[in-house]
Amino acid sequence: MTARTGRPLLYLSYGQDMALLNTSAKRGWTLVLAIGAVALPFLLTDDLLVVLATACVASIGAIGLNIVTGYGGQVSLGHAFFLGIGAYTAAAISGDPDSTRLIGFGITSVPIWLLGAGLVAGLAGLIVSPLAARLRGLYLAVVTLGLVFIGEHIFKHWKHLTGGVGVGRPAAVPELFGIQFAVDGEVFTKAQKLYLLMLVLLVIFGVLARNLVRSRVGRALAAVRDRDLAAEVIGVDVTRYKLIAFAVSSFYAGVAGALLYVMIGFVEPGSFNLALSVQYIAMILIGGVATISGSVLGALFITLLPRVTRELPAVLPFISSSSGSGGITVFQVETILYGLLIIGFLIFEPRGLFGIWNRLRTYWKSWPFSH
Amino acid sequence: MTATEARPGETTRAAPVLNFEDVVLGFDGVTALNGVTFQVDPGELFAVIGPNGAGKTSIFNVLSGVYRPQRGTVRFGDEDLIGRRPHTIARLGIARTFQNIELFSNLTVLDNLMLGRHLHHPYGVLAALGWIGKARRNELANREAVEEIVDFLELAQWRRLPVGLLPYGVQKRVELGRALASQPKLLLLDEPVAGMNLEETEDMARFILDIRDELGLPMVMVEHDMGLVMDLADRIMVIDFGRPIRTGTPKEVATDPDVVRAYLGEEHRVVERS
Repeated sequence: MTARTGRPLLYLSYGQDMALLNTSAKRGWTLVLAIGAVALPFLLTDDLLVVLATACVASIGAIGLNIVTGYGGQVSLGHAFFLGIGAYTAAAISGDPDSTRLIGFGITSVPIWLLGAGLVAGLAGLIVSPLAARLRGLYLAVVTLGLVFIGEHIFKHWKHLTGGVGVGRPAAVPELFGIQFAVDGEVFTKAQKLYLLMLVLLVIFGVLARNLVRSRVGRALAAVRDRDLAAEVIGVDVTRYKLIAFAVSSFYAGVAGALLYVMIGFVEPGSFNLALSVQYIAMILIGGVATISGSVLGALFITLLPRVTRELPAVLPFISSSSGSGGITVFQVETILYGLLIIGFLIFEPRGLFGIWNRLRTYWKSWPFSH
Repeated sequence: MTATEARPGETTRAAPVLNFEDVVLGFDGVTALNGVTFQVDPGELFAVIGPNGAGKTSIFNVLSGVYRPQRGTVRFGDEDLIGRRPHTIARLGIARTFQNIELFSNLTVLDNLMLGRHLHHPYGVLAALGWIGKARRNELANREAVEEIVDFLELAQWRRLPVGLLPYGVQKRVELGRALASQPKLLLLDEPVAGMNLEETEDMARFILDIRDELGLPMVMVEHDMGLVMDLADRIMVIDFGRPIRTGTPKEVATDPDVVRAYLGEEHRVVERS
């Protein structure tokens, strides 16, 4: 550590070289980013903070999808299913135990229902993962698509758990060390508290995922994705690693699902549909496949997009904000934009926002020599 | 480490490392291997040659568990290899390279080599998530071992590049490195110099000799470059249509009339080179 002063890029041990933040630039920018993120609640309005908190949660979900699809190379359209499992597990664990209408156990401590949601979703992932061991590519995508429809059916009809269509049930109650996050406090508003909670959780789950993908497990996943035969010949148990990818990914989805509806305070069984899965696919494609920071960028982008399109009717008169008055609605514009963005990124920047960031970084590193 | 001295032809041989006996492998109507038998002794460089489609790569695929033969036995030390899945065979200490490079082209040279050490210093998913204690220690230990391979194969300048961007000859070398990184007890080289120019071929030959001299590692090599095979191999097996024609020292093989007819051509003479 001490030898680093003066010659910041001189590594004296492999430990220094392999550290997560192994250059002074990375350390500096991470600090700036951290300070910025913590300062935001005091600079932004509450409704923007709620959007950002949602983006943090979506990031956790996108990281999960990126582990199985980006690193593991197994295209999954079933993410909404696992998000749903997480949401309902958390809602049930923290739900009102006295209710006669809904299942509830009344345990509102965040770590407990969060872990419960992750584990139950992870277990579900483990159960369906043998499919992944036998199928690949489009076949796997179609089978996981089936999961979404099965999930939708169950969520709509298991009224004791989900409340049923059009009724729904309250989302998980976030409480930690006696602090209620979902109600306004004396010092912090509800939005400020929720944002900070989600930010901390994103950092925790982001760092864990980053560790996983740079470890032997992450390398083995990439090996299975790139060449499964070669992977097997060097000793990687392909079936086992496909299993791990699905289980970890579903765990992340479960955690994200549990948190996703905390901001709204309400879960509707119809929300876990194909469109939600596609949203997450869009996040990792736009953010950057097989990168953790790309997942976060993509999630931010997709979550902030509706916020931007909502402003469109004021600027472009042919777009209306409700379906009653002719022209196209903001919701249609949103859907079209998803499509266009996915196509655009796939054609022009397959490495996503992370790729653009990478190119900028290389440009400034070598500035003023562009090549 | 010292090379085990066990020259072929001697009457007192150490127990063979690999025993490949009477293996028959067919795909529907096609017979790829038709009663192939050979042994590889400790520290020996055993070469397999033959025309295209003779079944050379099929031998490798049987050895690494990709194909399952209909008949015959394959023993590696005391272990029976037939019916085992590839990753369990890797666990026994057999590493291989491929004819058409099978590297993980999106990953860097370092990561490819680290993957070669997948079975060494393992740790679980939970340890990986935390990257503290065992996971970190083991990663560092593997990294140190990988850097030795980097030095040995002179790959230092390409360390951090994705292998997909490297020249062909270097990729072949990285693949050799990945196999070596697993510290195998038997190394299978499938056409290590295929498609290389003279300089690259000589580099590769030097590395193969280094591996034999410094590590004493028994190797099975499939190769078309006759010059290389004659220069390097201790013993050669010539196969044609899945059937061994002759097994012996380079000299014996090169002068065998059947071999000359089947493979080298009537007029060919390579005796002078050895």
